[in-house]
Amino acid sequence: MKPPRFDYRAPQGLDEALDLLADSGPDARILAGGQSLVPALNFRLARPSVLIDINGVAELAGIDDQGDRVVIGAMTRQREIEVSEDVARAVPLLHEATRYVAHLPIRTRGTVGGSIANADPAAEDPAVAAALDATMVCRSRRGERRIAAGGFFVDVLTTALEPDEMLVAVEFPRIPSGAGAAFAEISRRDGDFALAGVAAQIALTNGRVTDARIAACGLGPAPLRFRNAEEILLDSACETEAIEAACDAVAASSDPHDDVHASAAYRRQLAAAMARRALNAAHTRAGVAA
Amino acid sequence: MTAPSPDGYIGRSVPRREDRRLLLGDGSYVADLVLPGMVHAAFARSQLAHARIVSVDFARAMDEPGAAFALGGAELAGEMPPIGGMQVTAPKGWADRVDHRITLPPQNLMASDRVRYVGEAFAVVCADSRYAAEDAVEAIDAEFEPLAAVVDPEAAASPGAEIVHPDIGTNAVAELYVEKGDVAAAMAAAPHRVRRRFRHHRYAAMPLECRGVAAEYDRRTDSLTVWSSTQVVHWVRKELAFALGMAEEKIRVLAPDVGGGFGGKGHVYPEDLIIPYLARRIGRPVRWVEDRHEHILNAAHSRDNIHDAEIGFDDTGRILAFRDDFIVDSGAYSPVGAGVAYNTTAHLLGPYHVDNFAGGTAVVVTNKTPNAPYRGAGRPEAVQVTERLMDIVADTLGMEPAEVRLRNMIGPERMPYEVGLPYRDGVPMTYDSGDYPASLRRAIEEIGGVEAFRERQDKARAEGRYLGLGLGCYTEGTGVGPFEGATVKVDASGKIVVSTGACPIGQGHETVFAQVTADAWKVPIEDVVVLLADTSTLTMGYGSIASRSTVTSSAAIGDASDKVKAKVLAVAAALLEASEADLELRDGKVAVKGVPEMSVTLREVAAAAAPGWLSRRPEGSEAGLEATSYYEPPTVTWAYASNAAIVEVEPDTGRVLVERYVEVHDAGRLVNPGLADGQVKGGLVQGLGGALYESIEYDEAGQLLTGSFADYLLPTAAETPPIEVVHMETPTPLNPLGVKGLGEGGAIAPPVVIANAVTDALKPFGVEFNTLPIRWQDVRAAFDPAE
Ligand SMILES: Cc1cc2nc3c(=O)[nH]c(=O)nc-3n(C[C@H](O)[C@H](O)[C@H](O)COP(=O)(O)OP(=O)(O)OC[C@H]3O[C@@H](n4cnc5c(N)ncnc54)[C@H](O)[C@@H]3O)c2cc1C
Repeated sequence: MKPPRFDYRAPQGLDEALDLLADSGPDARILAGGQSLVPALNFRLARPSVLIDINGVAELAGIDDQGDRVVIGAMTRQREIEVSEDVARAVPLLHEATRYVAHLPIRTRGTVGGSIANADPAAEDPAVAAALDATMVCRSRRGERRIAAGGFFVDVLTTALEPDEMLVAVEFPRIPSGAGAAFAEISRRDGDFALAGVAAQIALTNGRVTDARIAACGLGPAPLRFRNAEEILLDSACETEAIEAACDAVAASSDPHDDVHASAAYRRQLAAAMARRALNAAHTRAGVAA
Repeated sequence: MTAPSPDGYIGRSVPRREDRRLLLGDGSYVADLVLPGMVHAAFARSQLAHARIVSVDFARAMDEPGAAFALGGAELAGEMPPIGGMQVTAPKGWADRVDHRITLPPQNLMASDRVRYVGEAFAVVCADSRYAAEDAVEAIDAEFEPLAAVVDPEAAASPGAEIVHPDIGTNAVAELYVEKGDVAAAMAAAPHRVRRRFRHHRYAAMPLECRGVAAEYDRRTDSLTVWSSTQVVHWVRKELAFALGMAEEKIRVLAPDVGGGFGGKGHVYPEDLIIPYLARRIGRPVRWVEDRHEHILNAAHSRDNIHDAEIGFDDTGRILAFRDDFIVDSGAYSPVGAGVAYNTTAHLLGPYHVDNFAGGTAVVVTNKTPNAPYRGAGRPEAVQVTERLMDIVADTLGMEPAEVRLRNMIGPERMPYEVGLPYRDGVPMTYDSGDYPASLRRAIEEIGGVEAFRERQDKARAEGRYLGLGLGCYTEGTGVGPFEGATVKVDASGKIVVSTGACPIGQGHETVFAQVTADAWKVPIEDVVVLLADTSTLTMGYGSIASRSTVTSSAAIGDASDKVKAKVLAVAAALLEASEADLELRDGKVAVKGVPEMSVTLREVAAAAAPGWLSRRPEGSEAGLEATSYYEPPTVTWAYASNAAIVEVEPDTGRVLVERYVEVHDAGRLVNPGLADGQVKGGLVQGLGGALYESIEYDEAGQLLTGSFADYLLPTAAETPPIEVVHMETPTPLNPLGVKGLGEGGAIAPPVVIANAVTDALKPFGVEFNTLPIRWQDVRAAFDPAE
């Protein structure tokens, strides 16, 4: 459990980092919080030629509330999200989901950008990004691309980022007034990756659903957005039948896998269970907000 | 500082004297050792479960920067014998009474012609750093010819199965059978009979510190110093001396601070012999530190039984006959012989009186990591069978599980109670002391009472919530022989210096033995020096396995102390011109009874007893204040416990939440109640891990699927429910202090207690949990109507 040989670079500015990335070829890897990459190095699953450590790139960190959206720098630690009142107010879904990410010491190192660029199918941040249709701001020496979540997450640990591109920030839309958000998750132990996690945000006008967003982690090769379940809820009053139908839709559209921790069939049952919890909580909170 | 008390130190929660160094960061583990010129070893481990080794080529490996030396299993096999001499041998009393056929496979130190499990080492490389060593291991060119992997133990024992050890010719390498009464006749005559299959899965000791060995060879004196993270330094030395053809006195084995063991470091492993061999062969110190992946892959696994049990009983719930036939999946080798398997049989009857019993065992080899004791050592498997059956009997008759247990329990009036089977030390099993029914009643009382719980349970069910109550009782043979040694001396400073064969792995031995010694000598505890886990301080020792050290080391210390004290009194009598009968030990002095001002200090006595011109010892007596004793216990002391837990299961997820867990535990007199409590609680958490989280899984090809802590799930503080331990203290008559062992107890019952509780919670659905671990997905499935 020792990594193979690699070169190590620690750029101090974004342009320098992007130059290094462009010049180092496809085997270079960015090192952010290291909470996923370092274990992969130790198991020799990742064998980069060069590690480009972006912890010293100051312009990549920070939370910027711009009103209609909140821009989160890629190097913002997950712990900063957890303790941010701005995030709790403006993007409560991300705030609540962050509590399910690993353990406190890991969140003090792990970054939002690292989690989203890593695209672990069971990770919370990508599911929240999918639910809210967040925008990934990607940079390379060639310029900037803004990619919506729907087009960003491709497959297990695979995103639309090109080898010379860095994720520099993620833009999350502010929660509309009259909306409620909730995240529900089950994992084997506290802090483990999700067996099933469901992110939900529901907006109500006069008791009727005007916007519904449902996405999940742990239930497919990438974060899943459940448009069919959202459709079912739209215009409903979130009565039990509507919620149950939406939960059935979530379970049916899930694409989970079998492993030593849970069968695919069981994960599907959990998908419905977590959807029920998240939707009920989001609906209740929307009612309070409205 | 703990002031001396007139009542002594035993029975008080004296703070651990080892904590100061550990908390200040002054502890030192094998991985902290840095020796001049040291190289780092890394092993090449098989990625196939079963294969013939065609070739191993080190040319590219030795070209890696920093590579210093490489060695393959075939070459090593020509230099060192297989591990074999160390199988725990069968004592006569056991061999005469238990039908047995045992043909255990020898284990080469590294695979030479055939690899038999994923993780088995077939080569080793030494290099300037562990990083370089791993790079070189990757560059070894090895070719294998795959063989069919034997993964399922039942299939392994069937005709036509691929044979793991062709020299033995069968995969069933040991068969045991023991009976009392006439089980067939009693079973046939029983008004009720039930049969069930139980599975106890594979899990393992996961100490915070993995294993590790470092060794240094001194050419001038032709001697070896070996540091191993082990529970058995003397055993390591014995095997090393044999394997290397050296005198034991030329080898010093010590265990520095050890970060947990739980039995997983309780036998001699190939690396304990290979690393010292390498140090001597290449003339440089060598260190190997096992990483976590290696530990899960290669350090011994445990449990892994399949039981087919039948029980016969009458309308009142009285057990008339009990038969259990089980298979132990031993993995590719059997590092400690058939001892664990028989330990299971010996614990099947537990605290119950049963006239007719039979236990049959097959130890089967497969292409998996070897199976050896882990905290509990065969008992959790036995207790799972017996305690599930108690609940099944109750369910069959519509009785309360507690009632069935109380009806069959051996009462205190029957102590000492002869079980009618031999223990693995060959001595007929005799429960020495205790009140089993009282422990169960107390556990039930602590959990809030059965009737109160049933009311809560009914109310909860009406609300769609599912609560369950689980019970579990066991007896536990502890403090097993064959012996333990201790040397006690009063040195020139007047301090009492004690060394014993116990090897601490976190229990607090330094503190416990200081308490025992301080009381034996009536000295302040600060005047006791305790030396442990170092072969240079004691000629023969055994080690810390099998819940034995407080029992056996304390007795050896007591015995050696008595010998030295006799001499101290004789010398003091001469100094004080008093009669020995008028003297007593008091506050670090020898004083005339009733005349405290007439006294000499132990330091003065030591000076007087020393050899030389100034000696003032009595005519004819030998110089020095030192004695060694080897305590050979008559047999084991019997600890026992009763457990009760309440769980709630979530219908939509199947998640099992343990609301409360209670164990009422009796380990005789407690030397240090705080440490005893910690031991039992730690064991309970490991047992809960086994019940709900920890599981080593293989696929059909024998590939390990749980090779890191991301997949092998240890419970953390967050998963640990409120646990209460109540200690009963019934002293054993078998040793002077009245102590029984308690290192393992906690880990024994939780798997079955949780299985019973979950089964109870799901009673409306009629699902039994007879397979461990308890998986949420199976619990969730219980709520679905059967297809
Ligand atoms: C015990 C444990 C439990 C965990 N549990 C969870 C959990 O429950 N949920 C969860 O979501 N996560 C969990 N994690 C992962 C953790 O949250 C990681 O922090 C996170 O996934 C990755 O963030 P990081 O900053 O550490 O990224 P790193 O490990 O540094 O990098 C991860 C990957 O992303 C790439 N990368 C990083 N930043 C960028 C960037 N700005 N642009 C392009 N590529 C980039 C890296 O090259 C690498 O390939 C756990 C980790 C551990 C060790």
